[in-house]
Amino acid sequence: MDHHTQPAHVLHELQFKTPLQEYSPEVRQLVFDYTLQLADTSLILSHRLAEWCGHGPILEQDMAMTNISLDLLGEARNLYQYAAELEGKGHTEDDLAYLRDAVAYKNPLLVEQPNGNFGDTVLRQFIFDTFHYFFLKELQNSTDHRLAAIAEKSLKEASYHIKWSSEWVIRLGDGTEESKKRMEAAIDELWTYSGELFEATPTEKALQELDIIPDYTSIKAEWDKHVAQVLQEATLALPQDQWMQSGGKYGRHSEHLGYILSDLQYLQRTYPGQKW
Amino acid sequence: MQAATAEKVWQLLEDVYDPEIPVLSVVDLGVVRDVQVQGEEVCVTITPTYSGCPAMGVISTEIRLKLLAEGFANVEIDTQLRPAWTSDWLSEAGKQKLEEYGIAPPVEPTGNVNQLFGKDVTVRCPRCKSENTKLVSQFGSTSCKALYQCNDCLEPFDYFKCLK
Repeated sequence: MDHHTQPAHVLHELQFKTPLQEYSPEVRQLVFDYTLQLADTSLILSHRLAEWCGHGPILEQDMAMTNISLDLLGEARNLYQYAAELEGKGHTEDDLAYLRDAVAYKNPLLVEQPNGNFGDTVLRQFIFDTFHYFFLKELQNSTDHRLAAIAEKSLKEASYHIKWSSEWVIRLGDGTEESKKRMEAAIDELWTYSGELFEATPTEKALQELDIIPDYTSIKAEWDKHVAQVLQEATLALPQDQWMQSGGKYGRHSEHLGYILSDLQYLQRTYPGQKW
Repeated sequence: MQAATAEKVWQLLEDVYDPEIPVLSVVDLGVVRDVQVQGEEVCVTITPTYSGCPAMGVISTEIRLKLLAEGFANVEIDTQLRPAWTSDWLSEAGKQKLEEYGIAPPVEPTGNVNQLFGKDVTVRCPRCKSENTKLVSQFGSTSCKALYQCNDCLEPFDYFKCLK
C-alpha cells in the first residue's frame, strides 16, 4: 500500500494483522452475533457512565466513572472491529456502533438502565463489574484467539472496576442512614436485571457447546460468592431469589435504549461518514 | 537514505513521545513490541497500554510520520493486544524520567495482585520523596494514572499505576 495516496483518516485507524480463524459460515455467524452482543454491552454501559461526565458527586468520582467508561469504550471498539472483520461486508466499527437500530442491539437490559442517583449507578456497576471480571477471566482462555486477546487486555482494567464498585457498595451501604436507604432502593430496582447476564441465548448455548465461550455456571457461582461477601460487609440484605427481567439479548429493550441511541448516534446520522 | 536496520528504527522511535506524558518515548513506555525492516519498508508492532487509551491513534500517526520523514517509503503499523501490556515493560530510564517529571513510577505490589481488596502500595512523593502518602483516587487524569497526595509536603500528584 502506498500511504502517500491514502486519505488522512486512514492514518488514525489501528490495524490488526492477525489472520481470522478458519470458521465455517455458520460458526462465523455465531461468533459475529456474540461479539456484537459483547460490544453493544460495553458500549451502552460506557455511554451511561459518560453521562456522568461533569455531574459526578465529587471530582475524583466523576473521573473514576469516566475512566471506567473509557476502558469499556476501548473494549467495545476492539470488539466492533473484530465483528466487522468477521462479517466481511466492508462495514467498519463506526457502522456497527452508529447505524444499527435499537432492536438490532443485543445488550442485556441492565446496562441501559438510567443512571438514577450515584448509589443506583454504583449498584448497576457492581452487578455488571462482578460479572464482567469473572467472565473475562474465563474468556481469556477461549479457543477464539481474538476474543481471548481482547479479554486478557480488558481483564486488567476490569480488576480496577470491580474494586471501585465493590468499595462504594460497602461505603454507601454501611454509610449513613440516607445512603443505606438509597442502596436498598437501588437493589430493589436493579436486582431483577442481574439474571439476564447468566441467561444463555441459543447463540450463547451453541458457542458454549463448541467451547468457544465459557459456560456461565461457574461464573454465576463466583458472582454469587463475591456479591454475598460485599453485601454482607455493606450491611445490606442479599435479595431472595426472584423473577428476573430479560429480553435485551434478543433485541427486546426497555424504552431507555432508544433515547441512548438517539444521543449516541446523532452525529453519525446527521453527518454521515464521520470516523471515530 | 542509508541502509536501515531495525536497530536504527528503534533509535528513531526514541524520539517519538507519548502525547500525554511527553517525557516518555514510545520505547520507554513499552508500547513498541516489534520492528521489522525490509529495504525501504518498515513494520512496527505496537500494543495499547489501556483498551481505551486515546493516545494510541496519535502515537500510531506520529510513528508513521517520523519514519516517513526519515525516508521510509512504506510504513506499516500493526496493533497487537496479546500479550497485554504491563507496566513491567516501562523502561528503567522511563521510570526515572517519570519521577523527575513529577509522576510517581509504578511500585511493585507485595501481596497477591489478583486479590480483590489488596493493600495499597507505598508510593513515594516525587516532590519531597516522603513515603507518607495517601491514595486519593484509583482513577486519575489518564487511564494509566491514579491520584495521590503527600501527607508531608501536601503535594497532590499522579501515580503511574502498576498494571499486571
